[in-house]
Amino acid sequence: MSTQTTQALSGANGAQVNLAPVISWLAALRYPAIGITTLLALWWLGGYVVANDPDMWAFANFAPAPTFSALYDLVASGDIWPTIVSSLYRVLIGLFWGVVIGVPVGVLIGYVGTAMKIANVPFQFLRMISPLAWMPIAVLAFATWDAAIIFLLVMATVWPIMFSTAHGVRRIDPNWFKVAKNLGASGPQMLRRIILPAIMTDVMAGIRLAVGVAWVVLVPAEYLGVTSGLGYAINDARDTLAYDTLAAIVLVIGLIGYGLDTICGLLIKRFNWHVE
Amino acid sequence: MGATISLDYITHRFSRGAAPTLEKIENRIEPGEMVALIGRSGCGKSTLLHMLAGLLIPSEGCVRVNGHQVSRPSAKWNMMFQKASLYPWMSVRENAALGLLFSGMAKTEAFSRVDELLEMLGLHDKRDVNVQSLSGGQQQRVALARSLATDPEILLLDEPFSALDAFTRTALQEEVPAICRDLDITMVIVTHDIDEAIAMADRVMIMSQNPGRIVGELDVELPWPRRHMDAGFQSLRDQLMTQFKDTDDGLAGRKAITETTDDDAENAA
Ligand SMILES: Nc1ncnc2c1ncn2[C@@H]1O[C@H](COP(=O)(O)OP(=O)(O)OP(=O)(O)O)[C@@H](O)[C@H]1O
Ligand SMILES: [Mg+2]
Repeated sequence: MSTQTTQALSGANGAQVNLAPVISWLAALRYPAIGITTLLALWWLGGYVVANDPDMWAFANFAPAPTFSALYDLVASGDIWPTIVSSLYRVLIGLFWGVVIGVPVGVLIGYVGTAMKIANVPFQFLRMISPLAWMPIAVLAFATWDAAIIFLLVMATVWPIMFSTAHGVRRIDPNWFKVAKNLGASGPQMLRRIILPAIMTDVMAGIRLAVGVAWVVLVPAEYLGVTSGLGYAINDARDTLAYDTLAAIVLVIGLIGYGLDTICGLLIKRFNWHVE
Repeated sequence: MGATISLDYITHRFSRGAAPTLEKIENRIEPGEMVALIGRSGCGKSTLLHMLAGLLIPSEGCVRVNGHQVSRPSAKWNMMFQKASLYPWMSVRENAALGLLFSGMAKTEAFSRVDELLEMLGLHDKRDVNVQSLSGGQQQRVALARSLATDPEILLLDEPFSALDAFTRTALQEEVPAICRDLDITMVIVTHDIDEAIAMADRVMIMSQNPGRIVGELDVELPWPRRHMDAGFQSLRDQLMTQFKDTDDGLAGRKAITETTDDDAENAA
């Protein structure tokens, strides 16, 4: 309503700047702003309580002010970037293998009923095992810590991607195959033009879930062995009692996780062909 | 160019040892002829049409197009279904051009060909929209454009208009035969609707059930476009009803037939 009015006004007066998009953008930010403010207030309150408690004052650096100042130092000195890059690298490689394994297997169990019947119980069983439970085995099986961590991430990402893909394949309208066959589609054309676009939304939804799980699993996985990454940085900060840095890294983990999820959300929007 | 279709002694069982769904079907459809196939629900009309399309291979006998045995689907004989089954991730144009793109034609060329068809079907202003925003009748027109784009010799229609409103249906019942005559396409339409059969076909075949056989035929020699209220139309309708009654005790079930939309054979391929 108000948007239209603003547009109409600026339309009548050509020289005026059109504020409508800015206003609607700000209006949309209203509720997230309330949420973020509440979170910050609770954090600040917690810091205040801790600082005034004789038993806990040593942890006062977890409060917002020291945290943001530590974050500024991390960014300004550039120390944070290699840490972020090595963590993101591991997640991306883990995700890559999750897709490479999860999508084809998902297509197979979605398309071939028998494959689903055979695989369902073992896969549901494996899926319920926390990726972190594989850690000792991963450490034995892989030569490097990096490879072991990536293995854990693959164990985290492959299931959501696989099951979501299979779900997408089962949802394909059988008539889509029939029509395409009738129009002379070859096997590869069927895959590229019909099957993949048809399941794209579900694959992306699986990837979004996988990214979430991978990001959560990454930090404890990086407590092990490696000397880079956000998990290592947290451990390191704890050992050196640099609680402000520790809190700043927690903040970074949250921010990047949120960013990754937002990117996935945008990609899903881009590939989604369902009309609301 | 229209093609000759011959049905050579087709018998079909869905599983070995089962009672035949279709039995000893023999017929010949001439180039450019338009044939309607009517019969009770479940008598095997869709099954037979899938065989004409090469989507299903009969267990005995064969379908020949211009003398060659049909063993696989081809864009030269296109089938349209009750549901348009358009691909929602493609625009109207891409949907219509799909058969051409599959054949390896360049996109620009395929689109310019398809644009003519869309124009003819009254869809030129819709060519870039998402197909999900089209009405049922418009979607079915896109499906028709998709079927016509590959320049087929044969158009096979499986109850293509039964989900449409009466106005759209009547319009398409007029348009489709006109297009087929124009482009010299041999057409076979499966329908539950006796009026639709008379409105669209040169010849109506009546199928029996258990096993499916062609048990009666009626030539429709009426001028185009056909008007349901014409005396000739009415008398053909009566003749067809009588034949139907004689060949199948299912006349009483006719009303019930028209309601059924379930179609197992669609999953056969
Ligand atoms: N894939 C299949 N496997 C086993 N039986 C099938 C299969 N497809 C169809 N049938 C059976 O064959 C018979 C004919 O089916 P068909 O779909 O050809 O009938 P129809 O005349 O098209 O019916 P309708 O008018 O309801 O569409 C039915 O009894 C059906 O149950
Ligand atoms: Mg049918």
